[in-house]
Amino acid sequence: MAFYRSHVLVSVDPECLAKGAHEVIDALNDELIAQGLLDEVQVLETSRIGDPYRLGPDMLVYPEKEHYANLSADDIPYLVEEHFLKGRVVEKFRAQEKAVSDEELGAPKPKEVRIVLRNCGKIDPHNIEDYIAEDGYQSLAKVISSMTPEQVIAEVSKSGLRGRGGAGFPAARKWQLCRQVPDNPKYLTCNADEGDPGAFMNRRVLESDPHSVVEGMIIAAYAIGASRGYIYCRAEYPIAVQNLKIAIAQAHEFGFLGDDIFGTGFSFDLEVRMGAGAFVCGEETALIASIEGKRGEPRPRPPFPAVKGVWGKPTNNNNVETYAVVPQIILKGAEWYASMGTEKSKGTKTFAIAGDVINTGLIEVPFGITLREVIFDVGGGIKDGKQFKAIQTGGPMGGCLTAEQLDLPLDYEALTAAGSMMGSGGLIIMDHETCMVDMARFFMEFTQDESCGKCTPCRVGTRRILEILEKICAGEGQPGDLETLEDLCYEVTRNSLCGLGQGAPNPVISMLKHFRAEYEAHIYEKKCPARVCKALIRYEIQAAACTGCTVCARNCPVEAINGERRQAHIIDVDKCIRCGICAQVCNFNAIQVLS
Amino acid sequence: MDNPTGIQQTQEICENKRAIIDQIIAENQNRPGAMMVVLNETQGKIGYISPAMQKYIAKKLRVPVGAVHGVVTFYSFFTTEPRGKHTMKFCMGTACYVGGIPQLMEKAKQITGTEIGKTTADGNLTMEICRCVGACSQAPVVTVDDEVIGHIKPNKFPALIKKLLES
Repeated sequence: MAFYRSHVLVSVDPECLAKGAHEVIDALNDELIAQGLLDEVQVLETSRIGDPYRLGPDMLVYPEKEHYANLSADDIPYLVEEHFLKGRVVEKFRAQEKAVSDEELGAPKPKEVRIVLRNCGKIDPHNIEDYIAEDGYQSLAKVISSMTPEQVIAEVSKSGLRGRGGAGFPAARKWQLCRQVPDNPKYLTCNADEGDPGAFMNRRVLESDPHSVVEGMIIAAYAIGASRGYIYCRAEYPIAVQNLKIAIAQAHEFGFLGDDIFGTGFSFDLEVRMGAGAFVCGEETALIASIEGKRGEPRPRPPFPAVKGVWGKPTNNNNVETYAVVPQIILKGAEWYASMGTEKSKGTKTFAIAGDVINTGLIEVPFGITLREVIFDVGGGIKDGKQFKAIQTGGPMGGCLTAEQLDLPLDYEALTAAGSMMGSGGLIIMDHETCMVDMARFFMEFTQDESCGKCTPCRVGTRRILEILEKICAGEGQPGDLETLEDLCYEVTRNSLCGLGQGAPNPVISMLKHFRAEYEAHIYEKKCPARVCKALIRYEIQAAACTGCTVCARNCPVEAINGERRQAHIIDVDKCIRCGICAQVCNFNAIQVLS
Repeated sequence: MDNPTGIQQTQEICENKRAIIDQIIAENQNRPGAMMVVLNETQGKIGYISPAMQKYIAKKLRVPVGAVHGVVTFYSFFTTEPRGKHTMKFCMGTACYVGGIPQLMEKAKQITGTEIGKTTADGNLTMEICRCVGACSQAPVVTVDDEVIGHIKPNKFPALIKKLLES
């Protein structure tokens, strides 16, 4: 085989052809011959590289990965001389990257390793060829043509991949359990009901790289022996649903889905099912009920879905991220994947960082990285120079961790041992202006509202917990309330039917454990140390700092602020609803919050 | 609510809505677990699923009305009453909550004179709260007719609402 030092990929999609891509290729070949470079540089035709309407005709030069755009045949002699003969990048032909500000993802931050997110923002999710160009569907071909289902499961088992939905059950063991059930047909479900507030890792993967999930599911289906799959996506993600549907249709067209895939006799089909706004449907038995068209209420396990799932048949359910990583494991090998992470938590995990941190958005880091590294290296530290107070991991059913636990490695066991959990990967960082009673109340309000109502401990218990927290926030807490809270939390955790109820008290338990003094200040001193709880605070204008600009008075929703122009203003405490808008809009920091 | 079950109301469904539902059912009735798909499509195309429509869907799918009603009332995306011309949803995710959504809701209530969860008297705007839309890096966020609007500043917000009320 000839060895070329350089490969030139020229886009020949219809738009580029119309703009003269073939003339560019001819000119390129002529010039390479003229310069005697034909044995060193190979010219290949490829499908679209960049946006053909904006950049075509364009070419990619490897190994430099240089992208030249808007070329014509006349440009070629100069380009060949400069780039291939003299080895200089030709600035004037370089593709101008569109200045897209990607607030969610951006360029990899320090200490990030991107495997699941590798294609996000780089490829066109509507174009299967983009995915194929990034080694897409190669794993599927490898699996179907050269591996038995047992070998696939063994490979995934060796990689140490654990379920990314939160519980961290080894993926291969789950597949094996489902595979060995002597009942057919078998089903595959993908949990894309990412409901935790503050978590949006799965949305980004589904929107930007849907084929990785589709490919992962086909491989899993082959390993398990499933014939049909459902991707259950929440209704709040309409773009994800749309992109998935496009991806599935394209995979059909290319013969990756459907009957007799690659002529091997293996058949598998996929369908997207949309949720309708019920958080509990992220619980696997509730998800299955919802796919069946019923109310999304969980049921007791066993029987586990691996035995009785969709339509009472064996079903394997995994999270979006679990499926998305499978093709990479097959492609690069289990050893490669297992070389990252800790002893029991292998590979990488995506997290959504939100809250009071400088770089909010998505990250992907190897397991074992410490919380401190995540917050201060990857996250860039706390916003506005404020102090770190706590981090909530695992969403509304997780727990909070404090500054003392910042050196904890991020892995399933360490977080559980510290009283929190991995969860699906939402990290909410709170600065010292966050009230932990209010935060607990917020999470409880969420779980109470989303409790499906099937079992009493969760339906009634979450409500009673919320009522006590509301009372404390309103300054009406009484001695004994904290003890009642603790009892209630214990009972709800122990007696609820599904993960929602069992996890719902977690934020309260952990916040009470770490910030008990703050709860006591609310109850005994009627003060909110973080100055958040409305009933316990008041706003005051510092006369010395106020310039009388009237901006606060104009923005006050209840007209509680009075004062003449250029004179210090005064807040009418009786009218004030403590919304805080005045403090937000004041340009002179003249408005103080007191407790 | 005046009529907690909502089932006794028996107003007729108008012709074109019936035609839409018929088509949705024709396309999906052979699918296992069709009910969620049919309801999702109906909600999407008509904007609400009235008690009369629930009855009609139940009849067509050959399931008890109670089963349809149970599903409609279980999921928060299904509504039984028509919405306003525009729907504004306030994201109640953690980042938005911390980022000032409660204040924006106060402001919205004051401008429209309408409670969150209700439609303005002129039928132009329905305001609701919704679960995290997953656009946390743009908090605070509202969605207007499925379009996500982020980074809302308290002083720019009234203009947005007024535009919706007038259009």
